[in-house]
Amino acid sequence: MNIHEYQAKQLFADYGIPVPAGHAAWNAEEAKQHAVTLGGEAWMVKAQVHAGGRGKAGGVQRTQSLDEVMEISQRLIGTQLVTHQTGARGQPIHCVLIENTTTIKSELYLSLLVDRAAARVAMIASRAGGMEIEEVAAKTPEKIIRRTIDPVVGIQSYQCREIREMAFALGLDAVGRKQLISILFNLYRLFVDKDLSLVEINPLIITEQGDLLALDAKINIDDNALYRQKDLAGLYDSTQEDEKEHRARQFDLNYVALDGEIACMVNGAGLAMATMDVIKMQGGAPANFLDVGGGTTADRVTGAFKIILSDPKVKAILVNIFGGIVRCDLIAEGVIHAIKETATQLPVVVRLEGTNVEAGKALLKESGLSVMEADDLDEAAKKAVLAAKG
Amino acid sequence: MSILVDADTKVICQGFTGKQGTFHSEQCLAYGTGLVGGVTPGRGGQTHLGLPVFDTVREARKATDATASMIYVPAPFAADAILEAAKAGIKIIACITEGIPVLEMLKVKTRLTDHYPQVRLIGPNCPGIITPGACKMGIMPGFVHQPGSIGIISRSGTLTYEAVAQTTRCGLGQSTSIGIGGDPIHGMNFIDCLELFQQDPQTEGVVIVGEIGGTDEEEAADYIKSSITKPVVAYIAGVTAPAGKRMGHAGAIIAGGKGTAQDKFAALEAAGVTLARNPTEIGDRILECLNNP
Repeated sequence: MNIHEYQAKQLFADYGIPVPAGHAAWNAEEAKQHAVTLGGEAWMVKAQVHAGGRGKAGGVQRTQSLDEVMEISQRLIGTQLVTHQTGARGQPIHCVLIENTTTIKSELYLSLLVDRAAARVAMIASRAGGMEIEEVAAKTPEKIIRRTIDPVVGIQSYQCREIREMAFALGLDAVGRKQLISILFNLYRLFVDKDLSLVEINPLIITEQGDLLALDAKINIDDNALYRQKDLAGLYDSTQEDEKEHRARQFDLNYVALDGEIACMVNGAGLAMATMDVIKMQGGAPANFLDVGGGTTADRVTGAFKIILSDPKVKAILVNIFGGIVRCDLIAEGVIHAIKETATQLPVVVRLEGTNVEAGKALLKESGLSVMEADDLDEAAKKAVLAAKG
Repeated sequence: MSILVDADTKVICQGFTGKQGTFHSEQCLAYGTGLVGGVTPGRGGQTHLGLPVFDTVREARKATDATASMIYVPAPFAADAILEAAKAGIKIIACITEGIPVLEMLKVKTRLTDHYPQVRLIGPNCPGIITPGACKMGIMPGFVHQPGSIGIISRSGTLTYEAVAQTTRCGLGQSTSIGIGGDPIHGMNFIDCLELFQQDPQTEGVVIVGEIGGTDEEEAADYIKSSITKPVVAYIAGVTAPAGKRMGHAGAIIAGGKGTAQDKFAALEAAGVTLARNPTEIGDRILECLNNP
């Protein structure tokens, strides 16, 4: 799960990681009030959306008068911000973060993330701050320093000192060097306390005065840990999600919206991806990823159908079930119920395999609905692609 | 022969008396698994499904000599259950539970590597392991399997059954089928399983079913090139998956341009692995490999 920059910075502040003074505002008047409270002569206005690349997209602006703060805030709030990470529709801006401006002497990069291959939390630092870290890694890997942390013993001082060797080269003074160590320790504490899967500061700047300051903040929280991170779970912002993905979440379905015309409903994440791939192979394009999971009931199947059908691009539906725990007859009942309840006129192709497959097929036949059957995934995809062209 | 589990394996179930544990233990018993008891804290001394219930794995192990455990306890308690099993001397642990926080798994993985290197952890978030006709430890539908010569290793659940059903249909059957799980941090990986299948005389060929995310398949490709002489067929799910989106499994995400299905297919092909680009061709590909060595 993602949270907004202003929320991440609040967590930073709670954990003693220095951030610029700032407040979130939901309208222009509020933005101006915050600017007055903050004082100074210039302010940053930063659009709050769950996506990177805001600066280049015009979502981060420097303002030099209270009128300008209001004007920019007014212009941003209520619109969609399109960045290279958002897709064509963009993400809605409901609030902006008003901050004091800072003078940047140099920019660093710092992040902690779960390194799958090492099965460790990895600490990544670079003196090439303010750039896409993937690009830095590809072009100048020598500028990236990484250390992994043993989860049993936690972060060690020597590891921070090794990271700091890089900072020495940047001419951090004694105060800055001390600050860096403290930031690293606090960042790890935050990471572990809050079950994060990523925390990224890009850039971590050295100010004119030689202080370190987290100018941006990105936090991802491990979805599996939300049950014990109730406060963070409360920060979930449904407006930043695809509307269908949000509704699927409420049904406990794994759904990802895609751009194609063939909707699919599958049990199991791997099989759901495989289904998308075969649709593509047969000349179609999948409209979504949808895993209905192991404990599927008729209600969930109906819920899934409703979500699928709310996508106007969809021209055919492919149901692919390999019954293990799930019984094919129950799925068939669910599909029949869903077709009747939603009264969909779209062609539906059903491929059933596994537990109680014969009973499931019989139910579909007896239903009198014009459901197309298929014996394997390849055939199902062919039929769905053909039907969609229909 | 087979790998890890067979008809003589004594199995316990952790989370035995819960809904999931009960249902799947019944299924495993019906399949013929050597289930000898179960663990549910606070229910020790009772009998469930005709088998003894224990408060701790330690007691269960002492009373039954079990060497394997399948875990169905809810996610908040599953990491603890794995460590308890390892401490009690269980050697094969199949953790079916989905949704364990990743930081818990980091600790479990480190603990197992440092203190219990002999323990084989399968999963979490996996269907388990089955040696057809001998031992089923997990949630897979037993009837699609058939004793035979193909080893199957997969990160997915239902997609594993797909590979199993195809190898059954083409008459090859399976020596052992293992679901290694869909989480980013898991126990046994492709390489651990490949090593065992290479040594197993019953296994004549191996199918690996991967998916987007991480670099397990790329590492497996290197290992196959250097150490596996048996034919290997691979399928990778998620060619059409968009970057940056978690596709159901916590581990199935393309991050920073890494972990794409295309990269994995390419790495495996370069290692001499036969690719099944279409998942419905897995059975045909492995049959061709065995017929035309």
